[in-house]
Order: sequence, then structure tokens, then C-alpha cells
Amino acid sequence: MIVADKKPIEEIIEEIKEHEKILILGCNECVTVCEAGGKKEVGVLASALRMYFLNQGRDVKIDEVTLERQCDHEYLEEIRDRMDQYDAVVSIACGVGVQFMAEKYHDTPVYPGVNTCFLGVTEKRGLWTERCQACGQCILASTGGICPVSRCAKRLLNGPCGGSVHGSCEINKDIDCAWQLIVDRLKALNRLDDYEKICALKDWSFDRAGGPRKVVREDVQE
Amino acid sequence: MRLQYPTDIKIILLPCTGKLDVLHILHAFEKGADGVYAVGCMEGDCHYNSGNLRARKRVEQAQHILDVIGMGGERVQMYNLSSSEGPRFAQIAIEMDERIRKLGPNPIKQSKNRAA
Repeated sequence: MIVADKKPIEEIIEEIKEHEKILILGCNECVTVCEAGGKKEVGVLASALRMYFLNQGRDVKIDEVTLERQCDHEYLEEIRDRMDQYDAVVSIACGVGVQFMAEKYHDTPVYPGVNTCFLGVTEKRGLWTERCQACGQCILASTGGICPVSRCAKRLLNGPCGGSVHGSCEINKDIDCAWQLIVDRLKALNRLDDYEKICALKDWSFDRAGGPRKVVREDVQE
Repeated sequence: MRLQYPTDIKIILLPCTGKLDVLHILHAFEKGADGVYAVGCMEGDCHYNSGNLRARKRVEQAQHILDVIGMGGERVQMYNLSSSEGPRFAQIAIEMDERIRKLGPNPIKQSKNRAA
């Protein structure tokens, strides 16, 4: 999932302080799971903002809506008939949702309420860690299902650097060395021979190096 | 025991303080409460293991939010005591009542009254 973290309320207040009618828009998907932008967080942020503005002596309209997703037309269309009630939106979906919302409602300013961080997993409640950098050409088949692109600080593709110490990365001893994890897993799979195979130069044009990307599937297009 | 404590405290029963949510606290202030305090079991004695510890975290979150928006985080407090401590319950009620009286009324209630 896409992992995001809540922006400080002070920062959000600074973004929206000039507006009078504001919609706080949550998303029921990834940001709900990482407890940054779901219905609950919409409620907390909206309540805090209502009280902030009242405390400033301003009667600012703050409404709450949480959509199923903010990255699909049909869900964003659900609020079209009420958008004329607002002069600003705070979207606490990931950056994808904020941008799609801004594209669809061109005349309404949309402000981000979270910092979108990475593609990751819930290791436990309150701890989310990165697993994928969406590089566009997956090599997990040859690395025991552990990604050196996202989990090695140097994105090394053919074994660890000299900074791997007792299974930890040299940048921080709390970060596992991805290549230690890969070797351990290949051993467990009895596939250590895979470690000897040289990974050829990776084509980074499928990554961000090739500019904004798109996936075109004519077979499913209407 | 027939203990006396301030009459301006409204008690809301929860099955466990673990049920308490940040939203409950914030909505209480939105509706005009001058202060909110949670009274949970002693830490380590929760029937559900961690309900009172979760409540403390949520109280702390609410304190932070109220500080940031200028309402005063000290209007929210968490207390732990056992069910046999009637005198302590009354003492906490008196303490909280005094604390809130020093802080004054909920500032947004005053804003609402001015607007009306």
C-alpha cells in the first residue's frame, strides 16, 4: 500500500487560513490502513480545525467526507454536486488522490493534509516500512523475494557493499542489510546458486529516470 | 461514604477507558465542555490488559491537538485509580474542577456566544 504520514495541524492551518468554506476529504484505502487519512483522521482534523477557527473568532465551515478512493473518476464524481459549497479542499489521501482531485476540480484549490512517504507494509500497528520503489521492472524472482532496489540504501543489484556489518546497513544499524536478507533467504530456499548469477545492468528508463510513466492496456480499454 | 464532589462534572460511563477515542474528547470540547478527564483503572490492572494505556495515549494526542489549536492541552487529563478508591475519586474531581476554573471557560464557547 501507499504509506503516508499526517502533516502537522499547524502546517495545514497555514495552508488554509484564508478560506471560509473547507471540505476535509479522506480516502478509504491505503491511508486509512496507515491511519493518516481515513474517516477517523478526517473527523479529528475537521474537529480540530473547527475549534481553531472558532477560537480565532471566525465561523469557518468545515465539512467532512471520506470517499472510497480518490484515485478513480467514479468516486471523485460523487462529490461534484456539492463542490460549489466550498472554496478549498484539504485532501488527506496520498499525493495521487490530491492531484487527481485537483485535476477534476480545476477551479478549487486542493491542499495536501498528509505527507506521502512510500510503498510499504504494516509490520505492526504504528510501524510501516518500505518494500517497493515501483521501479517498473521487478527483479524479485532472482533475489529471493527481497528487493534490493527499495531495501538496499545503494540499490546494489549484485551483492552487498563493504558496509554490511553483522546483517545491518552501514547507514543505520537499525536497518537490515538487504543483501544479508537475500542471502539468508536464498539459503533457506536452497537456491544459493542464484546468488552467483550476475544481474545485468538494470534498465532504469522504466523507473523515474524515464520521466512520468504510464501503463497502457488496450485489451481492457473501452 | 457520602463523599462530596463538584456537581458540574458529568460522568459518562464506558465499558473500559480503552473505548475512549480522541474524537470523543474533541467533540466534547466542540460541544462546549470546559475540560475532560478520563478515569481508568490502575496501570497494569486493566481487565482487557491495555485499555487504560491506550486511553492515556489518546488523552495525550488530544492534549497535543488542543495545545496546537490554542485551546490548552491541560484541559484534558488522565487519572488512574482502583474502583475501591472513592475518596481519591472525589479528590480528583475537586482537583480537576479547580484546574478548569483557573483556566476559565472553553474559549470556543465564548466565541459562539459572541457570534450569537
